[in-house]
Amino acid sequence: MTSVRDVAADFPLLGRTVRGGKRLVYLDTGATAQKPAAVLEAERRFNTESNAAVHRGAHQIAEEATEAYEAARAAVAQFVGADFAEIVWTKNATEALNLVAYGFLNATLGRGGAEAEQFRLAPGDEIVVTELEHHANLVPWQELAAKTGAVLRWIPVTDEGRLDPAGFEVIGERTRIVAFTHASNVTGAVTDVAPLVQRARSVGAYTVLDACQSAAHLPIDLHCLGVDFAAFSGHKMLAPTGVGALYGRAELLDAMPPVLTGGSMVEIVTMEETTFMPPPQRFEAGTQMVAQTVGMHAAVDYLSELGMDRMAAHEHRLTQLMLEGLAEIPEVRVLGPASAEDRLAVAAFDVEGVHPHDVGQVLDDDGIAVRVGHHCAQPVHRAFGVHASTRASAGIYTTEADVEAFLAGLRRVVQFFRGG
Amino acid sequence: MSSAMQQLYQQVILDHSRQRSGYGELDQPQGESFQVNPTCGDECRVQVRLDGRRLGQLGWTGRGCSISQASLSIMHEMLEGESIDDAEELGELFRELMHARGKELEPQKQEQLEDLSAFTGVAQYPARIKCALLGWMALRDAIIQAQHG
Ligand SMILES: Cc1ncc(COP(=O)(O)O)c(C=O)c1O
Repeated sequence: MTSVRDVAADFPLLGRTVRGGKRLVYLDTGATAQKPAAVLEAERRFNTESNAAVHRGAHQIAEEATEAYEAARAAVAQFVGADFAEIVWTKNATEALNLVAYGFLNATLGRGGAEAEQFRLAPGDEIVVTELEHHANLVPWQELAAKTGAVLRWIPVTDEGRLDPAGFEVIGERTRIVAFTHASNVTGAVTDVAPLVQRARSVGAYTVLDACQSAAHLPIDLHCLGVDFAAFSGHKMLAPTGVGALYGRAELLDAMPPVLTGGSMVEIVTMEETTFMPPPQRFEAGTQMVAQTVGMHAAVDYLSELGMDRMAAHEHRLTQLMLEGLAEIPEVRVLGPASAEDRLAVAAFDVEGVHPHDVGQVLDDDGIAVRVGHHCAQPVHRAFGVHASTRASAGIYTTEADVEAFLAGLRRVVQFFRGG
Repeated sequence: MSSAMQQLYQQVILDHSRQRSGYGELDQPQGESFQVNPTCGDECRVQVRLDGRRLGQLGWTGRGCSISQASLSIMHEMLEGESIDDAEELGELFRELMHARGKELEPQKQEQLEDLSAFTGVAQYPARIKCALLGWMALRDAIIQAQHG
């Protein structure tokens, strides 16, 4: 078993210094993860040896590229517990979530024929989201509601920043879609998926899971979770930017009309009309990001080799350290559960009387990279009565020394601005 | 604290961010402007009442980091009761300073900036320039509203 120190050594960027020679303490993995050498190398090798457009052309490197692209799909499908054709490449989770929302819209507009009728929304139908959502899993549903006359409802959060089970009642007879996060990028709370899926099913609603944070930090099995759709981004799970995926249960993707249209997703095109390929190609219009998918393949291989269980255990330990350390600073209020159970190594917090920008600036001066702002989740900040926060988020390469450096830096911040 | 941070968070800035001059709404503003910094959600509202070509009253509300709050506070202190032309000139100078990447402007300009010269170091941090300028964008807009609204 390799130690965590060894893991950090796999990430070339973590070896750099910042702000005049200071060791980089990277605690912004929640925004985007650093990439191990294996991922960088896989991308480089693809680009230097096998770069070609996929599913077009019969020359050797086109074949190699297509094979690499589809092998990456198979690897990612296996990694998240899905079947091969249930994984659609997208550029990120945002695109994946929009793809579902626009699929529903296109069906509502009558596209997709009889099969797609199941996705049609009528005025008065309800879409349920939660107060915990990243804007990527909120705004597309607001838009869909506005365009179809559906009504947006939501499940509130508790004082601890978890979904309030009492609020599951909003899922009712008119609910058609329930979209919720598997793990919050602000509070770190991990959602108990089963009761939500069960309730959604009991009223015949589709479930859409934002697995952007969970797929990166927890072992996940989408078939087991039983959701209808799920979205995640490569860049949060050690893969390059520019690649992500939509998961859709096979029969649903099969029935859903396409969203982006154009090359690579069609069968027969006449001047009047077009027939579309089956999924996943139906949803992958245009020339694709092949090198990035190859990088994502390398990333899931790397994660599988380390073991997601082991990674989750390591991050759990970091969560405990972070929460214990933060609890010792009286000026600090954590926006999220105080206990590390069912919680990712993400700590967003408020420092009394000190604006997050100022907190982040002084930490940055010590080489500690955290995120400041609302982290694309304004409603949950509002629920905590703040507009912004500072967020430290760890990854597999984060060490206990990193967490200690962060806590020491934060104490200096408090000292500097509060003089106390 | 490192010298870079001492340089950034000058005492004037810290003081103004705590004791905010001109914070509050005006009774009957003739012009007002609301500005948001989309990266962090910080916001401010600047209100003015003109007295001929003068900024008879200037008030502001909002929330943000010490840089944005101090900038608004100093803006109020330096400009309330001054002419619109002076306000525009000072605004231009301050924008110039914020695009100087942390270098001082010519001594005469630097002097003209008075307390605002404390923001010189802010321009080294691209993410913070917007914080410093947010209130000034609002002021420019509020004056236009008051003149034409
Ligand atoms: C919970 C959650 N959902 C969705 C997203 C959107 O991901 P992306 O920006 O990669 O599309 C993010 C990341 O920003 C996230 O943390």
